[in-house]
Amino acid sequence: MHDIALAFQMVFDPYNLWVMFAASLFGLFVGAVPGLTATMATALLVPVTFFMAPIPAIAAIVSATAMAIFAGDVPGCLLRMPGTPASAAYTDEAYAMTRKGQTELALGAGLVFSAIGGLFGTAVLIVSAPALADFALRFSSFEYFWLVLLGLSCAIVITSERPLKGMVSLMLGLLVACVGLGNPAGFPRFTFGSTELMGGIGLIPMMIGMFAVSEIIRYAVDTSPQMLIVDQPIGNVFTGMWTLTKRYPLQIFRGNVVGTLVGALPGAGADIAAWMSYAVSKKMSKEPEKFGTGHVEGIVESGAANNSALAGAWIPALVFGIPGDSITAIVIGVLYMKNMNPGPTLFTQNPQNIYAVYLLFIIANIIMIPLGLLCIKVAKRILSVPREILMPIILLFCIVGTFAINNTPFDVGVMLIAGVVAYFLEQNGFPIAPAILGVVLGGMLEENFITSMIKSDGSLLAFFGRPIALTLGILTLAAWFLPPVVRRLRTIAGA
Amino acid sequence: MKINDAVFGVVLLALGIAVLWHVQSFPKIPGQNVGPALFPGSIAAGLIACALLLIVSGVRSRPGSFWFEGLPWMRSPRHVAAFAALILSTIAYILFATSVGFLIIAPIGLAAMLIAFGVRRGMAVVVAIVGTLVIWYAFYKLLRVPLPWGVLERFAF
Repeated sequence: MHDIALAFQMVFDPYNLWVMFAASLFGLFVGAVPGLTATMATALLVPVTFFMAPIPAIAAIVSATAMAIFAGDVPGCLLRMPGTPASAAYTDEAYAMTRKGQTELALGAGLVFSAIGGLFGTAVLIVSAPALADFALRFSSFEYFWLVLLGLSCAIVITSERPLKGMVSLMLGLLVACVGLGNPAGFPRFTFGSTELMGGIGLIPMMIGMFAVSEIIRYAVDTSPQMLIVDQPIGNVFTGMWTLTKRYPLQIFRGNVVGTLVGALPGAGADIAAWMSYAVSKKMSKEPEKFGTGHVEGIVESGAANNSALAGAWIPALVFGIPGDSITAIVIGVLYMKNMNPGPTLFTQNPQNIYAVYLLFIIANIIMIPLGLLCIKVAKRILSVPREILMPIILLFCIVGTFAINNTPFDVGVMLIAGVVAYFLEQNGFPIAPAILGVVLGGMLEENFITSMIKSDGSLLAFFGRPIALTLGILTLAAWFLPPVVRRLRTIAGA
Repeated sequence: MKINDAVFGVVLLALGIAVLWHVQSFPKIPGQNVGPALFPGSIAAGLIACALLLIVSGVRSRPGSFWFEGLPWMRSPRHVAAFAALILSTIAYILFATSVGFLIIAPIGLAAMLIAFGVRRGMAVVVAIVGTLVIWYAFYKLLRVPLPWGVLERFAF
């Protein structure tokens, strides 16, 4: 009880509330401007949160990302351009609604069901994370090895159309993680005599490069014509929301569940949750023929899904240190910087911090309603911000922010290379998510692998020697071998 | 730039072999069969396998004679300029920030990029100066990041 009181005290501290408010406005802006993503918002916040206490730092990221995922719906409605990739699944639908004169309904559904989805995901986080942590206390290096490998495998299976390319991406990420002294033997690997490389390649500069600089590059070389903003007054967006809730209760629930699950799976975040939910919604709908013509059902379901995914992604991140999406990949880096190392002990040693995280999520999803409304009201102003001015300033911010972490220009070089490589790989169909997971989890994978090898004296059979390890091992192998087998069976059945 | 999978395969194959060769020089730990070479070595082996598969699929799928294919933006001078300005201004910052100083290199890079992005010259200069000062104030004064003064060292405050 004392811990909960302490958590309230930390969260309702005036400074923390001020940070949440400012971060929310920042998140709404970043989300609403096409080309700036929720992950980018997180990456840009890192240099600033670097100078804050742990709870305000997490508060800033939680509020900014929740707002950004909702705000991504706004340009979808008005410009037919998703503000963040998480809104891409239903951008055409939302724009079609605008053309039918139903902008209010589309935006309102996005806002209200985003908040509900976020709260649902938070509820699942609150219920499941401590239980999982309790369970994870019994894990040894064998279980952790399989868990990390399972997470990496999921990331490949879910995020890539061609698993081979996801695999390559992962390998490159794991190789990057090998650089430096940070390995069980403490031997400097791939440093080529450089003292800068001794400590490894900095996670934060790399993340800023991959998620912010690569977006700026994408904007710089974007040849698609300028979109015209739909100019019409926006009325009360809350009209009809109760009717929608009564008409689509099952859809809302399904969106929440799918979103939370996809979010919790490593590598897949809000964008994949939205695509999956939209597809499920269309498949299960009584009127699938209406999808794509400006029908609100899919927006209700997938709009809830992408926000619930956000909270879901924190479950494996907090309990195991395995990021559920690219945002939590950055968050894990921040947690380590703040000495709040993720893992089951986080729940036992300083439970007040975990309670505070829950509270932050609840507050963020509640203040989303009034602040989101504000964002909708000034949407036209935000959308007419000249991006040709904004983008160069963001680049300078990235440079200075990266420099601020270690005060070295070397990190700025890491940022630039990471940005160019990420842009280039993505252009050629190599997904970025597995690479990020490889970088974040490489050290953990190696450590648990080597520890297990030493314990078992080199016998691979020992990896299957404990019941939980055996189960996780089988699941991992299934993730590797089931999809190709199923595909083969399907072609045989089809032929 | 779009590149055929086979070309990626060859590059990755070379990388995999180089890593595998390099890790042979890592020390062995006495009395143990696992050392610092095991993990990167296994990844390199995996990378080599993936690279070979990429080469096979790339050669098989090669439409006509395409190994490299430019993207639409590469034929548009404006976009090439924007891309170049982005890369070059960042490199200029890395190379010269410490010696020349943040307050000189940042506005020059910012202005160059703004102009390349299509902002009018006068506007670009104003935005570059104001933008630099705002970021400088936020990081140097509020967050106390030691942004380099460079040649302006004696005016430092």
